[in-house]
Amino acid sequence: MSADAAPPMVEAIGLTKTFAIPAATLFGRARPVAAAVDVSFRIPRGRTFGLVGESGSGKSTVAKLLLKLEAPSAGRLLVEGQDIFAQTPAEELAYRRKVQAVFQDPYGALSPRMRADRIVTEPLRAHGMDRREAEARAPELLRLVGLPPDSARKYPHEFSGGQRQRLAIARALSVDPALLVLDEPVSALDVSVRAQVLTLLREMQQRLDLTYLFIGHDLAVVRYLSDTVGVMYFGRLVELGPARRVLRRPAHPYTRRLVALAAGDAPLGAVRLQGELPNPLAPPSGCLFRTRCPYADATCAARLPEMRLAEPDHLVACHHHEAVAAGAKAETGPMLQEA
Amino acid sequence: MPHGEPLLAIRGLNVEFGLPARPVRAVADADLTLAPGEILGIAGESGSGKTTLCAAVMRTLPRTARVSGRVEFAGKELLSLPEREMARLRGRDLAMVLQNPMTSLDPLYTIGNQLEEVLRERRRGGGAGRLGSAVEVLRRVHLTAPELRLRQYPHQLSGGMRQRVLVGMATAAAPRLLIADEPTTALDASIQDEILILFRELRESAGTAVVIVTHDLSAIRRLSDRVVIMYAGRIVEEGPTVEVFRAPRHPYTQALLASLPRIEEEEVVLQPIPGQVPDLARLPPGCAFAARCPAAIPLCREERPRERTVGERHRVFCWRAGEGAA
Ligand SMILES: Nc1ncnc2c1ncn2[C@@H]1O[C@H](COP(=O)(O)OP(=O)(O)OP(=O)(O)O)[C@@H](O)[C@H]1O
Ligand SMILES: Nc1ncnc2c1ncn2[C@@H]1O[C@H](COP(=O)(O)OP(=O)(O)OP(=O)(O)O)[C@@H](O)[C@H]1O
Ligand code: SF4
Ligand SMILES: [Mg+2]
Ligand SMILES: [Mg+2]
Repeated sequence: MSADAAPPMVEAIGLTKTFAIPAATLFGRARPVAAAVDVSFRIPRGRTFGLVGESGSGKSTVAKLLLKLEAPSAGRLLVEGQDIFAQTPAEELAYRRKVQAVFQDPYGALSPRMRADRIVTEPLRAHGMDRREAEARAPELLRLVGLPPDSARKYPHEFSGGQRQRLAIARALSVDPALLVLDEPVSALDVSVRAQVLTLLREMQQRLDLTYLFIGHDLAVVRYLSDTVGVMYFGRLVELGPARRVLRRPAHPYTRRLVALAAGDAPLGAVRLQGELPNPLAPPSGCLFRTRCPYADATCAARLPEMRLAEPDHLVACHHHEAVAAGAKAETGPMLQEA
Repeated sequence: MPHGEPLLAIRGLNVEFGLPARPVRAVADADLTLAPGEILGIAGESGSGKTTLCAAVMRTLPRTARVSGRVEFAGKELLSLPEREMARLRGRDLAMVLQNPMTSLDPLYTIGNQLEEVLRERRRGGGAGRLGSAVEVLRRVHLTAPELRLRQYPHQLSGGMRQRVLVGMATAAAPRLLIADEPTTALDASIQDEILILFRELRESAGTAVVIVTHDLSAIRRLSDRVVIMYAGRIVEEGPTVEVFRAPRHPYTQALLASLPRIEEEEVVLQPIPGQVPDLARLPPGCAFAARCPAAIPLCREERPRERTVGERHRVFCWRAGEGAA
């Protein structure tokens, strides 16, 4: 990460988002739950930042912040050096065209009463192109994502789950965005179509110098697209570094487990995690992973591990990553909350 | 394994959408049986009719669908069952996890409201035993802070959490048949395993048969006894999971497995199946895969392949499957 003259496409600095959870009783107090805490990363223009992590760890929250669907509770989010939460209306309009999204749940994102040709060209019209001209682009966009031309006349409910996801991708590409937020865009596709769409995404990126924030659970897919990978656990980034290194020689015990599971040959249940899930209303002291980490000890329960260098460009938040990597730390089991 | 009566027997099932003049046959001539306690995986092309097949069994297809054939469940023919009786079966004996969590959860009610409602219904239906409380249901599907989740609305949960809520609802009463359509796509590997283990435990403790539809071939490989591969509305191969993964016989199955990401010299290599996904409204007369198939011969383009048995409960619809060449 050199100090280029131009600012990176995206820079998150200490990004934090807290939600208020309604009280259990009428007179109880609403309680804050942190969905993302102190998240920092940068994405250079034309590159992909892959975000992986446990279900509910805050990945989509980061995506929503970048799309301005939520506002941060603390921290800053800069795009091309500009704070996206301090924009003039004109800047905001330009920003909304620059950034497009594909979500994991395409059905909710597609208007049920619109035909496919209108859906995929809707962003064009939203940005002022006339309807005829916009819809003339539909066949090309549909072809781009491998849908037959006469799907143009169909409505969302007439498509299968995977076909709807391709519609969402075509729509996002319609306005030539500079930044794409891809929240599990290929999970609903069969492996062959998935390979097609990923190849397409990579081609588009190279051709148009697009920048991607890519969220996924399939580590091979994340590795295929990403230059840098961030690993989230319970709202925090616990590891951050070059995709290959993080996904091949992970440093954090949580990432090590994800990577081991992705190797995928172990029979079901052979590598189950011990311990218990942390409670977001009463997060564990110290390291958040200690209630499930096989290497946890008293240090882990006492202090929150800071992000530090495991290797150049490779950050990890674990007290014991050197010893773990060297195989010198015994697997003594998790430190449970009660302990 | 299959002794005695099958739990589910699908015979000559067809589902059509669109104008009768230009029908989209989303499911064509499907035959399938499932023994009690059996776990069946269904994989295949996106848009090949997997969800439609499941919805036909549950009788939850839209009115515009034209359905023919027979679906027998525990001796009852479902397609001709009065809606009232069908409603009684649904949820208690037959449960389904829908592919789309947001369409099955009501955005206006809390998770707790919706889960309590499901549990009340199951209790009324006599689904005693394992039910337990709403908190227990959520704990079973590994949600953090279940007490808190009960008070939240669907949009306040992450994608994977919503998916698990649905799995929790569908498995609350240990149905005789559970149909799960992409139940783990939004989950990380670790929680995904827990859900698959839950399905297996359900089979072991309550004898539940499971149909799992998924693009995650490794989930099918590790969980299911048998696997069905679909292409363009048809079953193209069916067999014991171990055998189909070890030696797939249909060229589509082979190509599908080959398109899984591979790592070669540090690079992730992707190899999609060449050619275009077929348009269901305009299928060629012969095998729907012929245009993309490396093993196709002229016959494949002319006539639809007939079923061929290539092993113990292993069948393939391919003209060349018998030759060992394909
Ligand atoms: N609007 C909201 N109100 C309250 N809590 C919320 C809201 N949106 C998200 N959360 C909470 O924030 C946490 C993180 O959710 P997020 O959707 O970012 O997770 P995720 O990493 O994308 O998970 P998944 O992989 O399952 O999609 C969860 O505990 C979720 O319940
Ligand atoms: N209500 C409908 N009206 C018209 N066509 C439909 C309807 N529902 C589904 N189809 C079509 O039927 C075919 C099968 O759809 P289905 O949802 O069963 O596929 P699938 O195998 O579940 O795909 P995926 O893996 O993408 O979920 C698709 O080509 C789809 O476009
Ligand atoms: S060893 Fe300690 S600090 Fe490192 S992940 Fe485990 S519990 Fe956290
Ligand atoms: Mg998410
Ligand atoms: Mg489907």
